[in-house]
Amino acid sequence: MHEVKSVESIQSVNDFVIKFANVNGSGSASANQMFAKAMFRMGIPVSPKNIFPSNIQGLPTWFEVRVNEKGYLGSRGGVDIAVAMNPQSYSKDVDEILPGGYLLYDSTWKRNFNRKDITIIEIPLTQLCVDAFKNPKQRPLFKNIAYVGALSVLLNIEYEVLKNIISEQFIKKPALIEPNLKALNLGRNYVLKNLPYPLGITVARADKLKDKILISGNEAAGLGAVYGGATFCSWYPITPSTSLAEGYEKYAKKFRIENNTGKNLFASVQAEDELAAIGMAIGANWNGARGFTATSGPGISLMSEFLGLAYFAEIPLVLFNVQRGGPSTGMPTRTQQSDVLACAYASHGDTKHVVLFPSDPKECFDFSAQAFDLADQLQTPIFVVSDLDMGMNDWVSDKFKWDDEYKYNRGKVLNKEDLDEIESFGRYLDIDNDGICYRTYPGTHPEKGAFFTRGTSHDEYARYTEDGEVNAATLSRLMKKFRTASELVPEPIIEINGEDSCGVIFYGSTSPAVHEAKDILKEKEINIDLMQIRSFPFNLDVWEFIANHDRIYVVEQNRDSQMRTLIMAEGGISPEILRPLVHFTGDPIQASYIVNKISEREVNYKSHINAKNR
Amino acid sequence: MSFKKPINHHPKLETNKLGLTRRDYEGAVSTLCAGCGHDSISAAIIESCFKLNIEAYKVAKLSGIGCSSKAPAYFLEQSHGFNSVHGRMPSVATGANCANRDLMYLGVSGDGDSASIGLGQFVHAIRRQVDMVYFVENNGTYGLTKGQFSATNDLESKNKYGEDNLFKPIDLATMAIQLGATYVARSFSGDRDQLVPLIMGAMQHKGFALLDIISPCVTFNNHDSSTKSYDYIRDHNEAVGKTDFVPLGEEISTSYKEGSSTEISLHDGSKLTLEKTDANFDPRDAGKALNFIREKEKEGKVVTGLLYVNDLAKDLNETLNVTQTPLSQLQQDVLCPGSKILEEINQSLS
Repeated sequence: MHEVKSVESIQSVNDFVIKFANVNGSGSASANQMFAKAMFRMGIPVSPKNIFPSNIQGLPTWFEVRVNEKGYLGSRGGVDIAVAMNPQSYSKDVDEILPGGYLLYDSTWKRNFNRKDITIIEIPLTQLCVDAFKNPKQRPLFKNIAYVGALSVLLNIEYEVLKNIISEQFIKKPALIEPNLKALNLGRNYVLKNLPYPLGITVARADKLKDKILISGNEAAGLGAVYGGATFCSWYPITPSTSLAEGYEKYAKKFRIENNTGKNLFASVQAEDELAAIGMAIGANWNGARGFTATSGPGISLMSEFLGLAYFAEIPLVLFNVQRGGPSTGMPTRTQQSDVLACAYASHGDTKHVVLFPSDPKECFDFSAQAFDLADQLQTPIFVVSDLDMGMNDWVSDKFKWDDEYKYNRGKVLNKEDLDEIESFGRYLDIDNDGICYRTYPGTHPEKGAFFTRGTSHDEYARYTEDGEVNAATLSRLMKKFRTASELVPEPIIEINGEDSCGVIFYGSTSPAVHEAKDILKEKEINIDLMQIRSFPFNLDVWEFIANHDRIYVVEQNRDSQMRTLIMAEGGISPEILRPLVHFTGDPIQASYIVNKISEREVNYKSHINAKNR
Repeated sequence: MSFKKPINHHPKLETNKLGLTRRDYEGAVSTLCAGCGHDSISAAIIESCFKLNIEAYKVAKLSGIGCSSKAPAYFLEQSHGFNSVHGRMPSVATGANCANRDLMYLGVSGDGDSASIGLGQFVHAIRRQVDMVYFVENNGTYGLTKGQFSATNDLESKNKYGEDNLFKPIDLATMAIQLGATYVARSFSGDRDQLVPLIMGAMQHKGFALLDIISPCVTFNNHDSSTKSYDYIRDHNEAVGKTDFVPLGEEISTSYKEGSSTEISLHDGSKLTLEKTDANFDPRDAGKALNFIREKEKEGKVVTGLLYVNDLAKDLNETLNVTQTPLSQLQQDVLCPGSKILEEINQSLS
């Protein structure tokens, strides 16, 4: 029943935020994902975000879905429709609803909500399921499907679309299709019979998602590792990176089975801790396989000693860091970009690492595959750094592409024939003057090519040395290699939008919010030039962009503006040019936040310039 | 510094089936202290490889940090070696083993490396049944940092400066038996006759083989009040019997008294024979082996020899159902699913 309200209801088509408030462990995730998938299937851009506690069962959890036909898919803020299924969080959930918004709740237990400015939709979901389903274990699950059914009528979601999703979801358990459809119709029929519909907010089929897919960054990166030829994965469970290793295993089990034997063309080991995880990956790479590990912030700390070894002994390695809120255990289920410096300079002594920053699942896939080539080419650890928001949430992404002509680059590796031809082998001889030396795999040649890998100072023939000059030469060569790396890593994406514009530097998952902010700022006659940094070390394009701007906002999700520090340190850039624009609540940054920060400061800047000119 | 040995051979040096001499299995000149037990172990490894006709380039030597972990530089010059980080050799060996199951893996560690900082990795390498020979060159002390107690040092054993050890030792050998290691031996670096067959057996064993070798530290732990000194071990050594290694195709030549010997078949068809000194001891029965060791310990004895063996081990690669072809040799054609499959994946995600 709709209550009387004091404000006009929100009216919109394909443009709203709906937030589901559930109890963790109540099986709501698949129903909520079904809702998001339905938007996607109707061709409407959608961004679902799971906001979950560090808990298995009982605590509040939310699933926020932004639907936006224009394709703005960053977090928006404000809730148009709340589906409140958790009495524990009612007051917060109801407070968040924008004036004119809508609240759907389980009216089996009726409530009075102190909001006169919203539409309250009462559906006795629990009662409906109790009446319709005998199995008490299934009732709470079907309650979730039932509210999706109700929403389908309230919002004009195509029934066929939902029906197909259910059929696909239970393709391996067909017996579950019928009861799920029954639950869906339970919600639909209740609305059809008892409530006015549709709401002021509706959806309508759009055609915006041709050539798009819906996938999480972690699954994309796991798939990228399969395509990139990774045969070894060692990992230790940690939120939010676990699903990356699981994604790798899932696809490897499908596509990496030996034809005649049924044996695995890969090995995946769940390690006893992060130290072992990276140690195994290093051992595998040293021995000629492409191996990787996946972790999150605390894991980087634990892996740091080994990272120094791999850097100094020049062993390829791919390491995925799906960042979460720090420091310490921090906010394990919230998102941040606060490991930038920890990755770039991981380990003791003079170390610098190659870091790739994907900004969507497509780049997670691409950079993941590319990272294995880079690791082999550069014989050093390659970090692929994403975050919880991109890693664990499904994002609308461009379809993945693979060029069958593309050949893996295994780097400078001498085989038996190569060794036969050379007189003597020196593992750390910089023959090509690019800082990258030739390596051999164990077991290659009976007489030549063996060497002793060590983390202690060594000469060009891998022999232990305490000669300071020799060690300094090694460290300098590693810097030369790092400069070579800057020519091989993904270049930044630069977008120039006008003369005398301010610059904005960003990376990773802030991309959707930054792009939306750009359009909003343009309407306010503030043009911003964008540079999406995609890797470290920074290449010449990065320095050129910075040189061409007298003021640049560096957008990032950490307190200390770590990317800004990295740019200043590496390029000797004046702190006055690079202005921090940081957000570190653990929630994804919103376009409105960026707009406010930039417009405020740009207005100040312009009045300052005008005053000067007068 | 690493010093290479001169390559001049005596023309009449004995050769093995590969036409190699013992010298061909040597490494750089040791920089350990003169008389260090670890050098004797290196010599025993060289002897074992020589006798087994091992192709050195098909061996990978891995170690952690410490005196023991330097040792791989001093044998098998033609093998790739990896001196990793402190206590983490087992993980590196695990990854290497998965990448190429065709090589033989020799892990060299010490008591600090394995019983303290690396205890977790030691345990899990055993639990996973990594196919390797794991040497603990056990001297009860931290040599490179000048004589601190290690976790294997006996409670009653003082340090060089006469200070008491406050904590009970960890016995890696009995721990390994309990964890399911399938070849566990203890020996003494000063007893080459015992050591060599045990190493040869370990090398031919499939699965995790632990050799806990008491290896006196001549500089810091070889004094009168040490229980890991040459003299102490010679006085308190209680060998479970005499082990012989019988290569594949050779007959067992010694005849044993009935009931006093045990014959163990190894993975490649070679055999180990054990002439037991005590009829109650059975190296194929973990419970009996543990009891025997404990009883003898009460008498103040250090039990050495082949303590436990189980030749039915399933190693990590088998457990993970990994292909016989070394993963490191797989090429792009079998690794990359290609564009057609990727398009199908795209379809399933839209």
